[in-house]
Amino acid sequence: MKITLKVWRQKDANSKGAFKTYEHSHVSQDMSFLEMLDVLNNELVQKGEEPIAFDHDCREGICGMCSLYINGRPHGPLQTTTCQLHMRSFKDGETITIEPWRAKAFPVVKDLVVDRGAFDRIQRAGGYVSVNTGGVPDANEIAIPKKIADEAFDAATCIGCGACVAACKNASAMLFVSAKVSQFALLPQGQPERKERVEKMVAQMDEEGFGACTNTKACEAECPKGISVANIARMNREYFSAITSSYEVMAKGGGD
Amino acid sequence: MKLDSKAPEGPLAEKWTKHKFNLKLVNPANKRKYDVIVVGTGLAGASAAASLGELGYNVKAFCFQDSPRRAHSIAAQGGINAAKNYQNDGDSIYRLFYDTIKGGDYRAREANVYRLAEVSVNIIDQCVAQGVPFAREYGGLLSNRSFGGAQVSRTFYARGQTGQQLLLGAYGALNRQIANGKVKMYTRSEMLDVVIVDGKARGIITRDLITGKIESHSAHAVLLCTGGYGNVFFLSTNAKGSNVTAAWRAHKKGALFANPCFTQIHPTCIPVTGDHQSKLTLMSESLRNDGRVWVPKTARPGLKAADAVNIPESERDYFLERKYPSFGNLVPRDVASRNAKYVCDEGRGVGTTGLAVFLDFSDAIKRDGEATIRAKYGNLFDMYAQITGDNPYKVPMMIFPAVHYTMGGLWVDYNLMTTVPGLYALGEANFSDHGANRLGASALMQGLADGYFVIPYTIGDYLAGMPYEKVSTDRPEFKEAIDTVQSRINKLLSIKGKKTVDQFHRELGLTMWDYCGMSRSEKGLKFAKEKIQKLKEEFWSNVAVLGGAGELNQELEKALRVADFIELGELMIDDALNRSESCGGHFREESATPDGEAKRKDDEFAYVAAWEYKGENQSEALHKEELIFENVKLTQRSYK
Repeated sequence: MKITLKVWRQKDANSKGAFKTYEHSHVSQDMSFLEMLDVLNNELVQKGEEPIAFDHDCREGICGMCSLYINGRPHGPLQTTTCQLHMRSFKDGETITIEPWRAKAFPVVKDLVVDRGAFDRIQRAGGYVSVNTGGVPDANEIAIPKKIADEAFDAATCIGCGACVAACKNASAMLFVSAKVSQFALLPQGQPERKERVEKMVAQMDEEGFGACTNTKACEAECPKGISVANIARMNREYFSAITSSYEVMAKGGGD
Repeated sequence: MKLDSKAPEGPLAEKWTKHKFNLKLVNPANKRKYDVIVVGTGLAGASAAASLGELGYNVKAFCFQDSPRRAHSIAAQGGINAAKNYQNDGDSIYRLFYDTIKGGDYRAREANVYRLAEVSVNIIDQCVAQGVPFAREYGGLLSNRSFGGAQVSRTFYARGQTGQQLLLGAYGALNRQIANGKVKMYTRSEMLDVVIVDGKARGIITRDLITGKIESHSAHAVLLCTGGYGNVFFLSTNAKGSNVTAAWRAHKKGALFANPCFTQIHPTCIPVTGDHQSKLTLMSESLRNDGRVWVPKTARPGLKAADAVNIPESERDYFLERKYPSFGNLVPRDVASRNAKYVCDEGRGVGTTGLAVFLDFSDAIKRDGEATIRAKYGNLFDMYAQITGDNPYKVPMMIFPAVHYTMGGLWVDYNLMTTVPGLYALGEANFSDHGANRLGASALMQGLADGYFVIPYTIGDYLAGMPYEKVSTDRPEFKEAIDTVQSRINKLLSIKGKKTVDQFHRELGLTMWDYCGMSRSEKGLKFAKEKIQKLKEEFWSNVAVLGGAGELNQELEKALRVADFIELGELMIDDALNRSESCGGHFREESATPDGEAKRKDDEFAYVAAWEYKGENQSEALHKEELIFENVKLTQRSYK
């Protein structure tokens, strides 16, 4: 296969970027998209041109490190991670445009690499159950209905790649945040901190500069793990319930 | 050098309890006076950093990825073992201990392995309390499965994403300590050297991968939780960034490297398609519970999966079922892998490269229905279809072995301390618990055991004897380490050669795979050693690394790692040459039984081979830790 690539090149966070065009003639259908870029990079190095920087690690679709906005879609034409995308999804002679994730909260570091530190900071605001190591009950002490456990699992499969933000016209992080909120709202272990968790995580999300959700569902359509927007609905309800009846509000005599 | 394992005396089941009592404690009010560095944030690193932060120590944690959640533990699929005996099927701590020692082909330390089995039950409790969504039965209790040939169902799992869920649990615990200010997290930060002051590990040198800045960090102890070195083979199931640099730098500063040739080849990976291949994808070996492995009885070069369905039963060789009737397709990883290699060596391999065997689900689908198979393996089947373009519900999968895990690693004593005081190694980075072969679902168990339940106790014993004073990073030892790192980087950037880093890495990997992989011989190993020495010379005179030192430079990152892999490769070969027995995942052609099975030599090799660095281009010195078996009787494995 022969393809033409239009790739966003940007020296660093403070420099202005631009598209650069590459003719790539050593492409096979069996290559993964990232392998196609590896081959190009090797050719660039041999020609003395600086290779294209992009994030990747596990190449199994689970670590969430790879990104890339391909032909106007996060992770390209399939609902999968870029590392699991293969060149058989493209046509011979096709022109492929590759950009970094585009969101104010994900500033470009270099070329196609962006800073997703905002996601970590949101998790730090409350995306956990506050238990220390040791001193916990036996694992089978609390029975959890399979249906609930499965639903919590579905929410917990988020890989934190940021495709939901990249897909959203508002660059909203609601799908990402709601997945974690849902996991713990569903499970008995998450109950003691249920209300403050959602308040803190949403506050941090807003502080990071992510946009609001306007229910276009582009996030769900592009999420490589198929995280459902039902989680967003759940988070909205959790949030409303928390701000009107949190322990702080109740202590002050407010709420219901 | 005398290697003291510090394994406690006394009956096996009481060793850890007694040892914990004998360990010195650090007063709760004094813990904040000690700084601990944790390198790596996988299961071992994240659980250690979180647990030490909870205890009150000041922790600095480092990872090279953009977030601690991305460490490669996240990719573990199958499950985690624990001796809970929830299934009432005869499991016990002793049985898990016994299976692990036996599975490791009697090349692990009894005391360590027993402790691992003992704390396994606490791990599951801990993870559930964190909200890890393990698979459950309709009654609401936890579900288990039998895994990797175990005769009991002791594996806990979260669909095919157990590693992800466990790591996200540990990441949550770590995040909580970061938020509490007890852990300071450094992402996109790679450790390039360890700093020794007065004979003790007192800090590390890192490179900020965004700015290129070389930084010094001091502490009272350093924990390496940096994973394994499977990427020495270039193609492996490891993440692209997984590397040996932290462990190798520690090795060059005095930490002995144990059993480097013990690597695990996993039988169920998606085969290579061409020269562009950048990594290999593992599919959980739980697939072997229902899939049948076969090749045609007579060679059919280039046979495609779509044409396999037309081959009649009488012309198929289900070689694992034929050779090992009692275990069949569920023989251990090394046996399954080696036999796949043999049939391919005979020319009976399938697919375009001839380096693949079939894993066929048609009987299982006929027996249980497609819906049942989909419920069990749906995500794996989807992944396979995505990568290969074949539909495994209709045609057999093609699989081939790939490097998956490294049992070797930094030598540690019972406290997980390396031969450098104050320098610890946890998880896959150490050598301690899996002997010559790791059982399925035991890697997650070990990483979390080390981080949650071993190091929080053992580190106190060391720190209690340390003065509170911090060492300044202005000391000459730090300056010297920085100079060494900087000159190494400058050297790599100044070579301006013709070959890319990946080209060198591929060459190294191919040599290691061909001569130091599943099957090894003295002749092959000696040949490979020469090749690698030449490769090292060529690397340092002809590698092309573009860009500068003071910026995000992924080629430079790779070059620094590959330089260390090349040196490690040579040590692996020395170790494999020394160990002229077949053992665990490692088959030595000169050491076989008359019917071609692996033959261990217990009178000669029941020891841990720990190697000491002696200087640039010098042979390393071998130190032996004799393995003493007080509880188990050494037997040759048989799966017939």
